[in-house]
Amino acid sequence: MSVQNILECNGLRKAFGDLVAVGGVGFHISEGETYGLLGPNGAGKTTTISMIAGLLERDRGEVFVDGMPMTTRSVRAKKAIGYVPQELAVYPDLTARENLRFFARLYGMQATDVKRRAEEVLEIIGLGDRAGSRVKEYSGGMKRRLNIGIGLLHRPRLLILDEPTVGVDPQSRNAILESVEELAGAGMAVLYTTHYMEEAERLCDRVGIIDLGQLMAEGTRRELVSLVGERDRVALAASGNLEAAARAMASLESVHEACPGGESIHLLVDQARNLLPRILEEAAKAGASVNGVEVTEPNLEAVFLHLTGKALRD
Amino acid sequence: MRAALLISVKDLRQRLRDRSAILVAIVVPLALAYIFSLVLSGVTGGSMTFTYAVVDRDNGPLAHTFTGVVLKEIERQGLIEVRREDSVETARALAASGEIDAAFIIPEGFSGGVQAGGPAMLEVIGNIDAAIGTQVARSLAESFVAELTAVRVGVASVFLAGGADEGETAALAARAAAVPNPVLLEDVSAASRELDPDTFYAAGMAVFFLFFTVQFGVSSLLEERNEGTLSRLVAAPISRSAILGGKLLTSFLLGAVSMTVLILATMLLMGALWGNPLGVGLLVAAGVMAAVGIMGVVATFARNAEQAGQWQSVIAVVLGLLGGTFFPVSQAGGVIEKLSLLTPHSWFLRGLGDLAGGVGPAGVLPATGAMLAFAAVTGGIALIRLRKLTEL
Ligand SMILES: Nc1ncnc2c1ncn2[C@@H]1O[C@H](COP(=O)(O)OP(=O)(O)OP(=O)(O)O)[C@@H](O)[C@H]1O
Ligand SMILES: [Mg+2]
Repeated sequence: MSVQNILECNGLRKAFGDLVAVGGVGFHISEGETYGLLGPNGAGKTTTISMIAGLLERDRGEVFVDGMPMTTRSVRAKKAIGYVPQELAVYPDLTARENLRFFARLYGMQATDVKRRAEEVLEIIGLGDRAGSRVKEYSGGMKRRLNIGIGLLHRPRLLILDEPTVGVDPQSRNAILESVEELAGAGMAVLYTTHYMEEAERLCDRVGIIDLGQLMAEGTRRELVSLVGERDRVALAASGNLEAAARAMASLESVHEACPGGESIHLLVDQARNLLPRILEEAAKAGASVNGVEVTEPNLEAVFLHLTGKALRD
Repeated sequence: MRAALLISVKDLRQRLRDRSAILVAIVVPLALAYIFSLVLSGVTGGSMTFTYAVVDRDNGPLAHTFTGVVLKEIERQGLIEVRREDSVETARALAASGEIDAAFIIPEGFSGGVQAGGPAMLEVIGNIDAAIGTQVARSLAESFVAELTAVRVGVASVFLAGGADEGETAALAARAAAVPNPVLLEDVSAASRELDPDTFYAAGMAVFFLFFTVQFGVSSLLEERNEGTLSRLVAAPISRSAILGGKLLTSFLLGAVSMTVLILATMLLMGALWGNPLGVGLLVAAGVMAAVGIMGVVATFARNAEQAGQWQSVIAVVLGLLGGTFFPVSQAGGVIEKLSLLTPHSWFLRGLGDLAGGVGPAGVLPATGAMLAFAAVTGGIALIRLRKLTEL
């Protein structure tokens, strides 16, 4: 193995009664790598993460964190993980500083280090000037940032973030994404779950697409997109002789498909941006007038649609 | 251990931020104890408020027995206050002004007269406005005199045979000193066997509210579960026992601290007499553990902290009433008295009563043992059930 795997998990399975929430999920994350679990609500992301972090007893499978086996009782393996739960998990009656110091001590940091590190993290999450206020007086975004900060405190080998941007304003969201990028840049392994395709595309070196407790596909963005073919979708809102227009377009090179609809034509093409002028030209020649154009380049959303037959967000 | 302590310190810090916690733990029990003792002590008769004066114009051995033994003992129990006055006029004026409730006048030649076989006469001067206080004083005087009269025959024969010598007078004095007082002793027992009303209400309210105060520690586990912070504790590199230990420690510390504050406050503010500190310490420690255990078990049956709080409160009130923290159940007798033995409250009050009765710290061991048994049984069940609650 050239690069040390910080996380390795295989065959993870968890059922709640008859419901198999996670049925045989496995992947690995190496040092400095950001791995995204992308999937819709109820896909099994949180359940998977809970087994990895030693919160939840698993039915089957194995987890190694930094080479150490993880169970719900593994004190040493847990120390290597920074865990940021999906739901806010902070003490509202305490200040941000008190929250941070408490968890720093709980992770076994030395007294002097506790104070210094708490201040450092306050700076990272941008709460330095409000550190002495009780958390219940914070805005939602501030609470979210504190929620993340607690996970960073003890400089974990593996940082696990469970949908950290849900319910966050765009500005805070951007700040969170930037911090994650920085941390990964500094060599931390990151496991990031989300149902936002854009976040997965922006942050993650590799993405696992999860649905109904199964890992449907895994790879870099490029690898995943190649599953659907790197073709762009073009939707023309048009009127007139759509049949003829579609036929003319289909005869163009690098147009793979052209289907006329009631008031639209759908095309599957290579390099839509370059081809668009010629497509419009053909439409005009065939006697159709185009009122609107929508180009969709292949992305993880499309991959998801391709793999599961449904949209990521419904 | 370190982790348990960290969690406990965090819990306490959270708890102290909450004003209502301090209200329940200290302010309310203190206020109630004070109000009860103020209002109810007048009804039950035993009272700190009875102040008596004694004018001893006899200065004989029987007079000394009355003032030095009978009155002194009752004063020691905190039920009356006695001051000496030199003249009957002063005493009369004090009673009239209401500064004292009544005055005992021991007439000149009282001891000699009784020893010579004459009638025993104690005079009581009362304040009309202090009817109860005067009544109590009269009963005290009457019962002392009645006792003297009852034993006089035997003593008189001794006097006739060999004249009054020191030893025989002392024997007479000793028997008279054993005078039971019909008013005071009955009414004191109405409060609790040996506790004076102030101490009874202080102790009753303290132990009653103790069961509310300790709720927080264990319920906070439910709260952390609902709030999601428990997942953080479980994700941290600490054992589940540390989490549970921290919660139990929180409850114990809250209970112990609030009891200590209440004991000191009722001593200073109400003149409550808790008794031997070591004995009280044993009772408090065992009582707090029992409270933690019982409230812990109750909490494990609840779905969330709110529900736990409701159930715990119901149990705390029922046990408190049954345990005689508001009304002495010892008088009810029969089933209720037997049932009260199933509450740590009654054992706590019983232990304090024993202490007041002068048994010394070792004498509270039965009561302490009973409470520890409650603690062990309920605490054991609570631990087993609570462990499940730490599983997500
Ligand atoms: N404790 C539980 N008891 C019963 N069912 C559960 C439990 N936890 C999760 N599930 C079920 O398991 C499935 C996966 O849930 P999970 O929380 O892992 O999804 P998720 O991908 O994290 O979804 P989301 O994006 O909404 O957070 C869901 O159907 C959920 O209802
Ligand atoms: Mg989730």
